[in-house]
Amino acid sequence: MWSYEKRLQYPVKIKRPDARAAKIIISQFGGPDGELAASQRYLSQRYAMPWRDVAGILTDIGTEELSHMEMICAIVHQLTKDLTVDQIKAQGFEPYFVDHTLGLWPQAASGTPFSATVFQSKGDAITDLHEDMAAEQKARTTYDNIIRLVDDPDILDPIRFLRQREIVHFQRFGETLENVKRDMGSRNFYGYNPAFDKKFRK
Amino acid sequence: MLSKCALEKEIARISFTMDELRLFLDTHPCEKEALSAYSVMRKKREKLLESYESLYGPMEAYRAGGSEKWNWIAQPWPWEREV
Repeated sequence: MWSYEKRLQYPVKIKRPDARAAKIIISQFGGPDGELAASQRYLSQRYAMPWRDVAGILTDIGTEELSHMEMICAIVHQLTKDLTVDQIKAQGFEPYFVDHTLGLWPQAASGTPFSATVFQSKGDAITDLHEDMAAEQKARTTYDNIIRLVDDPDILDPIRFLRQREIVHFQRFGETLENVKRDMGSRNFYGYNPAFDKKFRK
Repeated sequence: MLSKCALEKEIARISFTMDELRLFLDTHPCEKEALSAYSVMRKKREKLLESYESLYGPMEAYRAGGSEKWNWIAQPWPWEREV
């Protein structure tokens, strides 16, 4: 069960509308390495995890990703809120505007709609934790690219925070993977799936 | 003293009542009866959570802790089939 807290994890206060930046940053809402995909990846994977502590880290990081999705949406919202039609035209925002006006819709920067095909829930602890570590690095690279493309300090501040969180999550997933390997002992952990082949578990 | 199962049921019951009242209050923000019911439920829920958590561990992550060991990940997750 979830309950909502009426606050952002880290503040978003953007003074200057900028449709070009919004078009790029919306990728971290509905794009292939975005926060929506991250949250659904971890929150889907946790059910088949045979270890309570692993289900715990997936629950807690998955929950934090929901708050990051909210921060990204807050950034895109503040970047587009006061745009005039002239600015929308001048900044190339018409293709988004015609379908969604200034509403938030999960898509990649390219316009590709959000899809669950960008993530896996494989039902195998080793496979899923490797996927999760890769996902954190992919999101970190995306934030690096956003930082290269944007120069407003009001945007960069929360984006840098989000980038840092990818690194922390990568670290925690790496430790989790090591714990899982240790629990599986000296047997070849590529030889079976601890979530399915229960007879092999310690 | 309620059993674990009875405590969980009571927390679920009161929480759902609050969920339902919350939606009603979102569209009827000046309904006195609903306002006072929400406030009564909030106090009851807080007490129930305190007794549950003192016996069985945290129900919400901001309320987790432990002096020797982190108690958030020790108890079963709600989707586990408890025997």
